[in-house]
Amino acid sequence: MNNGRPIIEVRGLTKVYRVGKVDVPALRGLDLEVKAGEFVSIVGPSGSGKSTLFHIIGGLTPPTSGRVRVADRELSEASEADRTRLRKRTVAFVFQKFNLLPNLTARDNIAVARYLAGMDRKTDPEFEQVLKLLGIAHRLDHRPNALSGGEQQRVALARAIVNRPAILLADEPTGNLDTENSQAVLGIMRDLNERLGQTVLMITHNPEAAAYAHRTLHMRDGRVVDEQAA
Amino acid sequence: MRALLSTLLIAVPVTLILTLVGMTRGILADSEERARGIGADIWVRPEGSSFGTSLSGAPIPEGMVKYFEMQPHVKLALGSVVQPIQGVTLGVSGVDLDKFSQMSGGLQYLEGGPPRGPDDIIVDQYYAAQEKLRVGSTIKLLGDHRWRVSGIFVSGKLARIILPIRRLQELISAPGKVTQIFLKLDDPKETGAVMGELKMRVPNLQYYSMADLTSLYSVNTYAGLSAFITVIVGIGVVIGFFVVCLSMYMAVLQRTREIGILKSLGASNGFVVRIILLEGLLLGLGGTIIGIGLSFGSWWLIRTLVPASVQMAIVTEWWPIAGAITLVGAGLGALYPGLNAARHDPIEALAYE
Repeated sequence: MNNGRPIIEVRGLTKVYRVGKVDVPALRGLDLEVKAGEFVSIVGPSGSGKSTLFHIIGGLTPPTSGRVRVADRELSEASEADRTRLRKRTVAFVFQKFNLLPNLTARDNIAVARYLAGMDRKTDPEFEQVLKLLGIAHRLDHRPNALSGGEQQRVALARAIVNRPAILLADEPTGNLDTENSQAVLGIMRDLNERLGQTVLMITHNPEAAAYAHRTLHMRDGRVVDEQAA
Repeated sequence: MRALLSTLLIAVPVTLILTLVGMTRGILADSEERARGIGADIWVRPEGSSFGTSLSGAPIPEGMVKYFEMQPHVKLALGSVVQPIQGVTLGVSGVDLDKFSQMSGGLQYLEGGPPRGPDDIIVDQYYAAQEKLRVGSTIKLLGDHRWRVSGIFVSGKLARIILPIRRLQELISAPGKVTQIFLKLDDPKETGAVMGELKMRVPNLQYYSMADLTSLYSVNTYAGLSAFITVIVGIGVVIGFFVVCLSMYMAVLQRTREIGILKSLGASNGFVVRIILLEGLLLGLGGTIIGIGLSFGSWWLIRTLVPASVQMAIVTEWWPIAGAITLVGAGLGALYPGLNAARHDPIEALAYE
């Protein structure tokens, strides 16, 4: 599904957090290019800047310096409102802790994403197929506390892709799952990538999970230091 | 649980406002009804007296009753002595009961009848209910004097407690004096002309027609009452503001992570403010509805425990006013937590445990 067009271009990206009176650099001149339809894993030790990179690509925080272009949008100069718009339809997250809204059913969690993107509550038939693929079609009327970890993560995955985002950012999506559910979630993500051409960036500590991707980037001290093709 | 407690707390000032307004209206309406029940066309009161305060003492010479009775168009003049026993809401009235019957059409007795002995007294049904009195019961009133209830009458005329005028004049050491005089005319259409004539002849008294009563028994007539209601309404707004502010501040703290999730899904700052405001307004609406319900509880309690001392009306036209006051307080109270929530950094919010 790789059509050769870069959907993410990052050049000389830095991000410095201010902690008290101390500046803490999280990213130190990172370069990255991801083509549309790619499945890329990012691995590295804690503190290497993986999550910060995701937060910048996903528009949750602005970069300190450098150039970040996501789906033809320049994020370096983007306002908070521009970054909010990016999160509505262009970029979606899947988190390690699932991050479902606890008082809503699975169906309503998915509907909230549709609502925030300004779309109808009703989903298209293709998404109904995706729900079947995810194996949660019969669990949609349950609240998160009635779902297993694997089911919650699959609902989170459904919520993330319901608006057909250009990029799916998965931050340790299998970190809280057992082996069976991890393999199921990873399999689904690869399936979405292969069948729908979904661009996927996935942070993981697990080499087996990383192996599901087309290529794996290694990060250390705020930079990409190595790259491996599958 | 937080939402329920907040709603109940918001309901308190709503109940307070509706109860206060209801009591004001109830007391005034009851007083007006009893005034109209006398059947007089003109009220004569001492100079300087006000409808905003209770009448007391007996400054008018009783001879004026006879004088007024001799005036053209005056069919009947009735002197009355009033002795308050509980603020402005409850007093004993002394009248000539035969003359009062001629003027008002008479009292309708539920039990017993008019006073026969010197220690007999008659009371209306509400005072009887409040003090648990039956015919033959005794009650201590006007100092240590013990009275025997000789009759219980249907409320709506003159006063809740009535004595023969001579007995009351004797007790308050005002023989030959009255507090006020009621005049019944042969033709009520002559009221204006008669009042004009009387004002010229006896200018040191105040004259009121029955048509004046509606305006006299209003909130504005009673000194300070309108300001008192305004203060209570203000307190209602302040309580609503702080309850909602605290509740929504707690909600924002509890839901920091959820706010982060919404922001990660593309929720704008404006959206976050809107949902917090909406929740605050819903709490205000719920508090208004519960407050209206609780005001019926106040009404029932007052009617059951102190039906003679205080009357409360259910003032439906104040429901939207109380609701609007509460919603303003709730909206203002939710605004700061809403803005606070909108300012949450989504990354920190998502990491919040």
